Amino acid sequence: MADILQVTDETFENEIVNSDLPALVDFWAAWCGPCKMVGPVVEELAKEYEGKVKVAKMDVDQNRETPGRFGIRNIPTLIFFKGGEVANTIIGAQPKSAIEEEIKKLL
Amino acid sequence: MYDILIVGGGPAGLTAGLYNARARMNVALLEKMAPGGQVLTTDWVENYPGFPDGISGFELMDRMKGQPEKFGLEIRSEDVLRLEFRDDRKLVTTNRETYETRALILACGASWKKLGVEGESNLMGRGVSYCATCDGPFYRDQPVAVIGGGDTAVEESLFLTRFASRIYHVHRRDELRAVKLLQERAMAEEKIEFVWDSVPLRILGADGVEGIELRNVKTGETSRREVQGVFIFIGTLPNTELVQGLVDLDDAGFVLTDDQMETSVPGVFAAGDMRSKSFRQISTAVGEGAAAAHGAEKYVEDMQGV
Repeated sequence: MADILQVTDETFENEIVNSDLPALVDFWAAWCGPCKMVGPVVEELAKEYEGKVKVAKMDVDQNRETPGRFGIRNIPTLIFFKGGEVANTIIGAQPKSAIEEEIKKLL
Repeated sequence: MYDILIVGGGPAGLTAGLYNARARMNVALLEKMAPGGQVLTTDWVENYPGFPDGISGFELMDRMKGQPEKFGLEIRSEDVLRLEFRDDRKLVTTNRETYETRALILACGASWKKLGVEGESNLMGRGVSYCATCDGPFYRDQPVAVIGGGDTAVEESLFLTRFASRIYHVHRRDELRAVKLLQERAMAEEKIEFVWDSVPLRILGADGVEGIELRNVKTGETSRREVQGVFIFIGTLPNTELVQGLVDLDDAGFVLTDDQMETSVPGVFAAGDMRSKSFRQISTAVGEGAAAAHGAEKYVEDMQGV
């Protein structure tokens, strides 16, 4: 669980917006139950798509600026980025197959 | 070929897995997300026996998952897409592969029902929420509305008092269905203002929720409340997409079973929130999971002429 890239308000621009690879960011918080259903799935996908898609997590409790910038008011929210632009958003807990489908669209 | 496959990793499915694993059946549990189910959205569980001080929904489910795993239950993170029933075996197709099993236990749970009013879909994620424990902290010092009169609605209202400045609790009747203890707590809470006999007409706002329009069902009067969030808890719909046309359902779409949890198809069992019944609790789901596991074991043994 600790292996996955954690981004912050400070590192978001560099790691995600300026990323050469397409990216997926899982916005989550420790208080959120459904985040715990999605978290392990996102971590599995991070391994499966290593080198193809940059997968990261952002704790919305520690970081307020980035979630505000994307208008996030529900978690988990997954945002898919391509070329620094938002390609798609998934709000709420979704099955692995649905998340993987969006990842494939980035490739 | 499996003896038993379980679809769904909430309390019902995990309990069935516990019993089947201890019976040394060839069993696996398929879950499309991480196990836990709807309990994970519950902040604090006070009505599950054995925990007199209560337990967090997350910790309870973490323990419920660990117990069958200890006895060797295989839990696969796969999304079941299709079921096919032949006489002596059932085919279960996931996003990865097709499995064969002798008996099948369905514990797919239920999902939150939507209001179906204007503004609900397009403001989902921008103020409309079905999970106060997930999204409550985004509404610090803001007024919100909560819709519904059952245990969940009142629990979520109470949870929101930690963050929101004011909670308009809207219910279509003039009394709550929720258990008395929760009613007492909610009535004593200054931040919660009940709006009785009222139903939402639409949720207002362009880029985010700005308010809610209500209609009093007794007087017909309409009124508005300025809120930044609308939390909807008006009951559940069974997750029965997989079994449409395959097993008998009741009028509301829940799966009909006998008292052994067997559906209209021999060897196919159902347990938990997706089953037709009047009371949906963790404790009832657990009991049904155990009964379904037992029924499935007997079915497999009878098939093999043990």
